[in-house]
Amino acid sequence: MSNATVQAPGAWQLFWQSKKNRRRVALAAKLLFAIAALSITLLPIMFTVSSAFSSSQSLSSTSLIPENPTLDNFRTIVVENDFWLWLRNSLVVSTTASVLAGLMTTLTAYSFSRFRFHGRNELLLGILIIQVFPSLLTMVALFSLLQQLGQYAPFVGLNQLGGLILLYMGGALSINVWLMKGFFDSLPREIDESGMIDGASHWQIFWKLLFPLVRPIVVVIMVLTFFGTFGDWLLPRLMIQDTDKYTLMLGLQQFIANDYGNNWGAFAAGAVLGSVVQVTVFIVLQEQIVGGLTAGSVKG
Amino acid sequence: MKTSNRRSFSVGSISLILLGLMILDAFAISFIYLLLGDGVWQLALIISAIVLLINIIWLHPRGFPLRWMSPGLSFMILVSIFPIILTIYIAFTNYGTGHILTKEQTIELFAERTYLPDDAVIFDYTVFQNGEGAYGLWVQEGENGSHAFAGTGRFLIPGAVITEHVGQLDADGIPETVGDYQRLDRKQSLRAIAELADVEFGVGSSAVQITTQLGKAAQLRPRYLYDAVKDAIVDQETAVTYLADNKQGVFIAADGQELIPGYQVTVGLNNFNRFLNTPSFRGPLLQIFVWTFIYAGVTVLIAFSFGLAIALFFGRDMPFGRVIKSLFIIPFAIPSVLTILIWRGLLNPLTGVVSTTLAGIFNQPVGWPPVFSDPFWVKVALIGISVWLAYPYFMLINSGALQAIPQDMFEAADIDGANAWQKFRHLTLPLLLVGVGPLLIGSFIANFNAFNTIYLFNDGGPPMVGTATPAGHSDILISYVYRLAFGGSGGQDFGYASAITMIIFLVLLGFTLIQFRYMKVWEGVGENV
Repeated sequence: MSNATVQAPGAWQLFWQSKKNRRRVALAAKLLFAIAALSITLLPIMFTVSSAFSSSQSLSSTSLIPENPTLDNFRTIVVENDFWLWLRNSLVVSTTASVLAGLMTTLTAYSFSRFRFHGRNELLLGILIIQVFPSLLTMVALFSLLQQLGQYAPFVGLNQLGGLILLYMGGALSINVWLMKGFFDSLPREIDESGMIDGASHWQIFWKLLFPLVRPIVVVIMVLTFFGTFGDWLLPRLMIQDTDKYTLMLGLQQFIANDYGNNWGAFAAGAVLGSVVQVTVFIVLQEQIVGGLTAGSVKG
Repeated sequence: MKTSNRRSFSVGSISLILLGLMILDAFAISFIYLLLGDGVWQLALIISAIVLLINIIWLHPRGFPLRWMSPGLSFMILVSIFPIILTIYIAFTNYGTGHILTKEQTIELFAERTYLPDDAVIFDYTVFQNGEGAYGLWVQEGENGSHAFAGTGRFLIPGAVITEHVGQLDADGIPETVGDYQRLDRKQSLRAIAELADVEFGVGSSAVQITTQLGKAAQLRPRYLYDAVKDAIVDQETAVTYLADNKQGVFIAADGQELIPGYQVTVGLNNFNRFLNTPSFRGPLLQIFVWTFIYAGVTVLIAFSFGLAIALFFGRDMPFGRVIKSLFIIPFAIPSVLTILIWRGLLNPLTGVVSTTLAGIFNQPVGWPPVFSDPFWVKVALIGISVWLAYPYFMLINSGALQAIPQDMFEAADIDGANAWQKFRHLTLPLLLVGVGPLLIGSFIANFNAFNTIYLFNDGGPPMVGTATPAGHSDILISYVYRLAFGGSGGQDFGYASAITMIIFLVLLGFTLIQFRYMKVWEGVGENV
């Protein structure tokens, strides 16, 4: 009990009797809880950001605000290492893979939604079951596939960004086809029929009438595919040997694996730079992304 | 009105299709021809199948719906289905270290091996090298015996006249130069010895090679001869016959001695028998199997409960709700490869701030908790990290699902005098699980395959002791398989790894089917929208 209560007993009771005040106290408690839960959640990230700006090279410093903030770590990762090159490689791979996968998913889902044909159900189910097979375990086969293809078409061979993109295309048709088909199903058939009456072809109906309506979900699928491939490091790790072909995740992982303790600050700086875009996009698009995730789409 | 699958085609679109197909086919046929010429028949077969399928889809009127999927399906066949078929096939072979090559390739490999016969003439040699880097050998039989010189692929006949211009001889009677070959000094010769060992100097039966004895060369003979009639390899040095055992994929002598390496054969269910009937294989697999379920199950359970608790507590009218949600999304939005590595650093018992703080709080010595070396603590740390990675997701999902629950049901419960727990237990939870249930299974599957977490945090370690193949205490099935297939130390056992892959696939398939039933996808499939 505080002194104030003792000196003016009526004041506290008056305060507590008001429903409005009681709600305020509950709210303050809730906010405190939220702050506590958030700090547990965000602590590791705060430490990372802190050590990115810190001049000390280890993660052992317990102070969250670095004593002598410096940009040396950013200089190490960006100037002395191939950060921009790795980022560029990642952007090339992820952009190509997500745009192609998004288009193939949309075309496939349209067909499943609008046409009835022999083997339709089996094909829909087959797509799902094939993606259940853990792709990690087909690595031996994928490795020799790229090796063989590379002898005839070097741009899709081992140690090539093209080869990496090709492998991501294998998973282009996934549960996202189902998600997308659901959205097409929710678009009334009357739209198609009105187009048909005007003499539009299937392609015109798809492209001019339906695609604009499903564009938001196509964007979500592309964004999730983009970050799924952007965050992948295992496939690049197994298929890419040259450091100048590294993707960002592989580059940062190798950076920390090669010289673990000494380069922590630089790794933290790289992690901060490598995450900024993705975190921003997720926060801006959070409603749509959560919607997509709820419907069964996956983040890699 | 029913949309027709068939449609009338204009002349223009038909010619465009035909033109496209002709270009594709022309490319494909020349490519397949190349592949077959090089003996890459599996790839040739799958590419033929894909191209044939594309042709049928685009030429047959009933293929119209499939045209839209033909790009996606082509990639799926080449990069998903083809590797899966190969993986299933490998599960029934002994493919792996010691059994990489085919039988023909193995026989060729043995044909290249040589030995030093007892009656061989031994030469002293001196190494020469020309401007292009090719080696030459000056050989001399004994102190004052006949000498000869040979570059690679050139005749070498002891005592014969050397046609090249021989330079100044030194005190031992060895020239400084022969033709454009320069003599190497002792140091240079030693450095080149690994390369020299592979070179045959001269041609045919008179060719010499350097021997394992320093400075001595001799006429070596092929050691292994393949006898196609007996299907056996005969060791010319010891006269031992190694009969081909086409079940095991090795050449084996009567006394059980095997030639290494063996070759690749199908072994039926052997790989499956290993973990079914051999304790040293079954033990670690069983342990890993159980831990995989515990890891995935406990992670999902805690993450779901924690996420639900936060979502419930914040309720619907939380001020700054959007901001708080945005902050919660941050750990989820950072690539998990990075956050796992960050946790690895934070939990480092000696330098990590989380570990050192924990040791301080619980008054433990430096190096506690042993999250890298003690099986129990490694597992605790892994579950902790995985929960941290997953619960923001469940918070977001749950708060969305909670908002979808109609309020009037709670008002009815209030009238019936239900308390908060009863309302949660009998209303909120069941209604929530209808929507969130499939995502729980999805998350379980994702954690079942959380290779990145296990591998990047502690590489599945600490290692188990006394297992037939290397295994780690915190290995889950997928990281164990990776270790079997790619882990360096114990050799690569693709056959056994693929066999365990089949188990993982079956487990996952089971869970996926449950998930589908939950999501009622079956009804959706048949529905004619």
